[in-house]
Amino acid sequence: MRRRVYIWEVPVRLTHWVNVLSIVLLSVTGYFIGNPYLFIAPRESYAGFFMGTVRFVHFAAAFVFMASVLLRTYWAFAGNAYADWRGLFPFLTKDGRKNMLHAAQYYFFVRRDPPEVAGHNALAGLSYMFIVIFYGLIIFTGLALFAQLHPVGIWYTLTNWVFGILTMQRVRMAHHMIMWALLIFALYHVYVAWLIDMEEGNGLMSSMFSGFKFLPRNQEPDWIETSPLMTDSQTFQRRKGSTGKTPAQEDLG
Amino acid sequence: MPADAPSLEARLAARGISRRQFLTFCGVLTATLALPEAYAPKIARALETAPRLPVVWLEFQDCAGNTESFLRASTPTVAAIVLEQISLEYHETIMAPAGRAAEKSLEAVLANTGQPFLAIIEGSIPTKDGGIYCTIGGKTALSIAENVCRKAAATIAVGACAWDGGWPGANPNPTGAVGVKTAVPGLKRLVNMPGCPMNVTNLTAVLAHFLTFKDLPALDQEGRPLFAYGQLIHNNCERRGHFDAGRFVETWGDESHRMGYCLYKMGCKGPQTYSNCPAVGWNDGTSWPIGAGHGCVGCMSPHFWDNTIPVYSRLPNIEGFGVEATADTVGLTALGVVAAGVVVHGVASAIRAKSSPQAAHDGSEVVVQPPTKKG
Repeated sequence: MRRRVYIWEVPVRLTHWVNVLSIVLLSVTGYFIGNPYLFIAPRESYAGFFMGTVRFVHFAAAFVFMASVLLRTYWAFAGNAYADWRGLFPFLTKDGRKNMLHAAQYYFFVRRDPPEVAGHNALAGLSYMFIVIFYGLIIFTGLALFAQLHPVGIWYTLTNWVFGILTMQRVRMAHHMIMWALLIFALYHVYVAWLIDMEEGNGLMSSMFSGFKFLPRNQEPDWIETSPLMTDSQTFQRRKGSTGKTPAQEDLG
Repeated sequence: MPADAPSLEARLAARGISRRQFLTFCGVLTATLALPEAYAPKIARALETAPRLPVVWLEFQDCAGNTESFLRASTPTVAAIVLEQISLEYHETIMAPAGRAAEKSLEAVLANTGQPFLAIIEGSIPTKDGGIYCTIGGKTALSIAENVCRKAAATIAVGACAWDGGWPGANPNPTGAVGVKTAVPGLKRLVNMPGCPMNVTNLTAVLAHFLTFKDLPALDQEGRPLFAYGQLIHNNCERRGHFDAGRFVETWGDESHRMGYCLYKMGCKGPQTYSNCPAVGWNDGTSWPIGAGHGCVGCMSPHFWDNTIPVYSRLPNIEGFGVEATADTVGLTALGVVAAGVVVHGVASAIRAKSSPQAAHDGSEVVVQPPTKKG
């Protein structure tokens, strides 16, 4: 029988879904702000505030998204091995590179067995590295454009230097392009999650709601759990607690 | 202007401008400078009793557009007369002397060290090949600017060109044109008044501020007066209500355009340009570009000729994807390609799952097949 193992802690799931909702909201409102069109324009301009409302929703959702990214960043240093920041850099360790190759071979139909892991596979970790970079860039470009509305205060001071390097047109274009990159990622991400769930039978899709995955009894330790980067780190040693084992390693006997 | 010139009051009266009109003008300047109303009489007194302030107006790589802005009034306005009140000692376009005689009046201003003077610079300064691409009387613009600006009580760089190189400094910038702040680095008392051209109301306000308070107005980090360049055009635009309501011009001359809707979708750069154009207006407040139905081109923003193109669209086109490929068309196409890839991969995976089912991991899973209908 399979074991039900707790993988995704509450902050991981919470920020995941807040990100999903805010990215959807930000993409829809952002696209509208870039290409506004009303099928029924109000007769008098005082009668409608649609563009204003859309922009308000975009700015509000952006700050919710930023709070979520901040919390997730904190959890990358405080959470369990599957939430750890080291998972973003699989190419740094031998196990990580091996697991990346395995995953790539599976996706390109070279190898039949999927890379079964307790957390996420190494190739997924690499894609999240790009996502984190994109998050940083879209937040920065967004704040830079937002700050220009009110050229006083902290956002202006923090971001205005970028317009010495890039024109505002380019910054705005980058903001658009990163949105499309994130939407492309979302498509790939949902498809792969579905595929892995079907192939591995581990309840991956529901794990993002419950936090639990159904792992085989003979589950090997993750590439991230055996990574020297991870095992040598003091935080990891501390986090393992008295049993000295991670959730996936426990009751393996 | 000779020292015994008639007073401002007499000169205004001679042109048929009443004291009421003059005080109204001082009120406008006070409002432009964002000063409390109580300062209007102080500005009026300062303008009336201002000591003779020699001004040297230098033109380098320019089109004399700022001079035109300065002289543009078809009838003598209060502003024009007040600007005459300052003593324009040297201005190539409008001065009577020519050649050596003209250079002499500049030399006289520079030689009189006891008398502070104001330098107004129009046009960019070429720096390539020793600055030979702009010379006046055998001297390069670079050396003239260095000589004059360092001695001036204050320097006002008028127009986009004198600010950051403007048009001559646009890509590929063959002459290495730069603005005053780069050509004469470390200049302490420098006011930048970008724009193509700058707004003469703002120049008058800066001069009035200088005469009233003996100091330059507060500047932003780009060296522009905050009173004139502190707010986005978008924030004070008369079409802003249409923007917030979502009413936009879709094509030139359509019904929305005739109704005066927002020009955002026509590439208006008002949302990214800092200027008091909507409040001050042009040509004595007659109109201004957006008021006349054309989007802002962002002429007051940094390196505007390189930065705000294309003039008539929100986003620049993406190089390498042909004409009119915007970020959104490229993004949408990429999303479509990936979606197609996902479908192909999904079908291939389904076929693989059918032909070679995934082995049970430890032999303990029970795979329950759905009941099949038997006919």
